[in-house]
Amino acid sequence: MIINKNVTKTYQMGEIDLKVIKNLNLSIEYGEFIAIVGPSGSGKSTVLNLLGCLDKPSEGKILIDGTDITQLNRTQLADFRGENIGFIFQSFNLIPVLSVYENIEYPLIMIQNLEQDERDKRIMQLLKEVDMLDQKDKFPDQLSGGQRQRVAIARALVTKPKIVFADEPTANLDTETSNQIITLMRNIQKEFNTTFVFATHDEKIVTAVDRIITLVDGEIIDDKRV
Amino acid sequence: MVKNIIKISFRNLLRSGRRTILTASLITIGVMFVLVYSALSGSFKSYMVGQVTDSMLGHIQIHKKGYIASVDNLPLDKNINKKQLDKITEILDKNQFIESYTFRLKLGSMFSNYISSTNIRLNGIDPLKEAKTLPLFESRIDEIKASELKEGSIIVPELLAKGMGVKKGDSIVLVATNKKGSVNGLNFKVEGSIEPISGPGGRDGYIHINDVKKLLRFKEIEVSEVVIRLKDVKHLKTVMRMLKPLSNMKNQKDKPVFEVHTWEKLSPFYNIVKMLDIMDISIKIILISIVLISVLNVMVMNVFERIKEIGTIAAMGTTPSTITKLFLTEGLMLGTFGAIVGSFLSYIIILIINGIGISFSFGRQSDLTLNPVLHINEILIVGVIVIIISLIASISPAIKAANLNPVDALRQN
Repeated sequence: MIINKNVTKTYQMGEIDLKVIKNLNLSIEYGEFIAIVGPSGSGKSTVLNLLGCLDKPSEGKILIDGTDITQLNRTQLADFRGENIGFIFQSFNLIPVLSVYENIEYPLIMIQNLEQDERDKRIMQLLKEVDMLDQKDKFPDQLSGGQRQRVAIARALVTKPKIVFADEPTANLDTETSNQIITLMRNIQKEFNTTFVFATHDEKIVTAVDRIITLVDGEIIDDKRV
Repeated sequence: MVKNIIKISFRNLLRSGRRTILTASLITIGVMFVLVYSALSGSFKSYMVGQVTDSMLGHIQIHKKGYIASVDNLPLDKNINKKQLDKITEILDKNQFIESYTFRLKLGSMFSNYISSTNIRLNGIDPLKEAKTLPLFESRIDEIKASELKEGSIIVPELLAKGMGVKKGDSIVLVATNKKGSVNGLNFKVEGSIEPISGPGGRDGYIHINDVKKLLRFKEIEVSEVVIRLKDVKHLKTVMRMLKPLSNMKNQKDKPVFEVHTWEKLSPFYNIVKMLDIMDISIKIILISIVLISVLNVMVMNVFERIKEIGTIAAMGTTPSTITKLFLTEGLMLGTFGAIVGSFLSYIIILIINGIGISFSFGRQSDLTLNPVLHINEILIVGVIVIIISLIASISPAIKAANLNPVDALRQN
């Protein structure tokens, strides 16, 4: 469970303090499928970065399973992300020098340090899940956008994270591929009870989620379950 | 994890292949240059040192105190007398590191072929001991073996023989003044000529030590220098320490009696050796600069180009220390590759040089052939320098990569 208490994020822009998130209070349960929506500059990505332990709030607390992540140092935060959080990016961000299989394997070796058998079992299961089994030896530049995002989803899930943050995951995909990716994530959420939090403009995602949080100027103006 | 760090680093290097090859080539050329130079200069040094010590100077020389300061005059009043010589031989005979030693009585004399005359520096030697102490001495002499030099014979320096038009079998006269001021002359038969060599004494003539005794009318033996050959030159410092009692020996006036010098002190060639060593160090410093600048440059570029990727792996949970290791490994690989390929190519070049046979002239000596050898120690030293410098050059870019804020890094395009 994630709890945000009076979270504020301020950026220093020269002499001016720019408050991009103002007194954010938010609670997320495991297994939820959530979209954070709002106009450009409303603070969607900043909220995602704060919840994903990539950034620390200027004020307030973020508790994930009772751990106050604002108290962790850089290495502890990295370890915490590696164990609990997955990321899916708008431009996929696969490591170009690694094959599909190796990209998915990366967090298991470099972060979780799992044994070969366990790694292989998890990767093959996910490759089947995202329908990329026959592409496992290809490199990112040999794949289409949709295929790359499937690999990125598999990579985000392979560490069995409690929560996955996806920043505009369908922005670089065509409509048909976007629908396939959304369906894939929905199925995974149902199958593994994984929490997905999207920062998005995409109507297709908004119509697919269970909960929509609307941000305007760094404040939640609406939080509804659908 | 180590295997994966190596795999990722290696592939990242291949990714910017042209840049990697350029940098690695630069390091390779640097390593090659240093190793080939070291082998050539090492060969030149050992050849020349061998020539100097094995044909003229020996490894250590003992003189009466003050002799070296006035060596150009070949003073006769600074000779070692019999009593002092007995003390020296007593100490030398006990030393296990000494292969052999010989005595020389040096003097300046007038050389006449009955038509014209010139001055000559002479060495009175014990032929057998001289040949044993200076193994290359005989190779410089034409027409006679050094050990066969008999009383009444002279080995004339080649240039003087040519200039004075004397040849084997000719009769000549040597005239010398002894330390009391009386002049004496003796007839000698030319038995051979000796080729010149760079350094002090390189153009001296040789007669039997007993002939010098007769020429100078000495009642008992006196010598100008004691020349010592060691079993192994690496014991030079040890033997010098063991000969301390000699250099510390004082006379009744409480002044030192002897001076003991290594060949390094006596030969001007040692300055060339030192110069070569300084050049060796300078070239290594240039190599260090090449490696430092090229690796630093390539690593800064690698970090700069992969900021978003670094943000991604950091977001996934890669710790700053692992990111540091990834970039350090890249730098390490560049250096290691350069060191290995450079060493291998140097080995091939040295083989080729030895196959062709490079000859050179030094001073009056010509057709000296270099036999460069690539020592494993030198390869290891250069390799370790290159690898350590590559690592040092990668530290700053690697730390920069590790300290990147994932949020900022992910925003980069």
